[in-house]
Amino acid sequence: MAFKLNKEKFRDAVLELIRLTSTELPRDVIAAMEKARDNEEPGSAAKSVLGSMLKNVVMAKADSTPICQDTGTNIHFVTIPEGISLRKVEQAIIEATQQATAEAYLRPNAVDSLTGKNTGDNTGVMAPYIHFEEWDDPAIKLQLALKGGGCENVSTQYKLPDTSLKAGRNLEGVYKCIIDAINKAQGLGCAPGVIGVGVGGDRATGMIMAKKQLFRKMGDSNPVQQLDDLEQKLLVDLNKLGIGPLGFGGKTTVLGVKIGAVHRLPASFFVSIAYMCWADRHHEMLFTESEVSYD
Amino acid sequence: MIKLQLPLTEADVRQLKVGDEVALSGIMVTGRDEAHTWLINDKPDNVRKLLEGSVIYHCGPVVSKTDGEWKFVAAGPTTSIREEPIQADVVKEYKLRGVIGKGGMGPKTLAGLKEFGAVYLHAIGGAATLLAKSVKKVTDVIKLEEFGVPEAMWILEVEDFPAVVTMDSHGNSLHTKIKADSDKIAKELIGN
Repeated sequence: MAFKLNKEKFRDAVLELIRLTSTELPRDVIAAMEKARDNEEPGSAAKSVLGSMLKNVVMAKADSTPICQDTGTNIHFVTIPEGISLRKVEQAIIEATQQATAEAYLRPNAVDSLTGKNTGDNTGVMAPYIHFEEWDDPAIKLQLALKGGGCENVSTQYKLPDTSLKAGRNLEGVYKCIIDAINKAQGLGCAPGVIGVGVGGDRATGMIMAKKQLFRKMGDSNPVQQLDDLEQKLLVDLNKLGIGPLGFGGKTTVLGVKIGAVHRLPASFFVSIAYMCWADRHHEMLFTESEVSYD
Repeated sequence: MIKLQLPLTEADVRQLKVGDEVALSGIMVTGRDEAHTWLINDKPDNVRKLLEGSVIYHCGPVVSKTDGEWKFVAAGPTTSIREEPIQADVVKEYKLRGVIGKGGMGPKTLAGLKEFGAVYLHAIGGAATLLAKSVKKVTDVIKLEEFGVPEAMWILEVEDFPAVVTMDSHGNSLHTKIKADSDKIAKELIGN
């Protein structure tokens, strides 16, 4: 039986997803932060700052207010059943975004790049960003990430080979790029961050893969053994940098590293690095004809 | 924890050192890229009294308005380094005693802080609800229509706003030290 979209119901469900994502951190991220706080030296700035961040998380949830005032780029990964109108889904997401802005779950964050004028409602050219895929299930899955500007500004892309890093077109080269990028980021991306990486692709698809990684669970394993090994090694080595929470120094510079690979052209080898701040706001919604559930 | 009452004197800030945790109370003003450019290009006189001895907070808040009254809903710091080209000039021109933001700033600002007698205070990036709670009242807003909500200059009455001194008025920067150490480790890990 074909899935029929009730646009109003869907719009209201998306509004709730935006509210949830802006005001509540995923449980696995909170657990990783708590572990990091407990691991820092007693009396250190790192421990104190992680404690304040966690306190903020509790307060934001209790008050239903944004965890961070930079409610970021709204990135929607939508998976739909066959035959659903993309335009209707898009329109519902846009309306939910406008409403979420009016209700102060989102800060007006869409600025015309030519005139500098803020549209005031978070909509504009490619804003919010919506990425569509299709599946067999009679449901719409919507994954939303709110990615702030501070961490987007330290996100970056390398082109291998890179002679300054002596990084070749292999996983060792990828490793060197990631160490370099996180060192350059210092505390600016609101450390401790979660690092999404796309290996290969072109400049756009590599970065989409990097951002897709940010939806993975903190403690999961990469199904590709080579990448899993690299993720584990980087998690240990990046935390040796000593940058610490907000760059104040400490043992926790990153909370996780997630790497995906994309097919590339013979001529290109990009390493795309998406730095996500500690306020790693992402949630998932499953919308069927009869019910809505959130992770 | 050192309690500071705004406006500050030069003596107040000269005693502060890198690593000190402070709690600010009194009147402070937000300002980001648009505000800094306006302060330098247009040299508006109507904000001089407001800024003298106060601190400028790099923050673009989420606000709500009920019964004609503005409320800060979420108000964490934004990245400060964008103001590096003109921050020192703004501090001197308007006699600011401090800058609040995140990520730290560069050598030009550090030199300016030393020369004039001001500090850089690092707020907790991302802790927007926690910081908004220390804003007791929004007393006014400047350039709201022209700059938009994030870039407008919001005048705030705060109580015990928490921050850490990461650049003091004696030429010390925590950011420079952390970077020097991590550069060394990164070099070893990259192994070239």
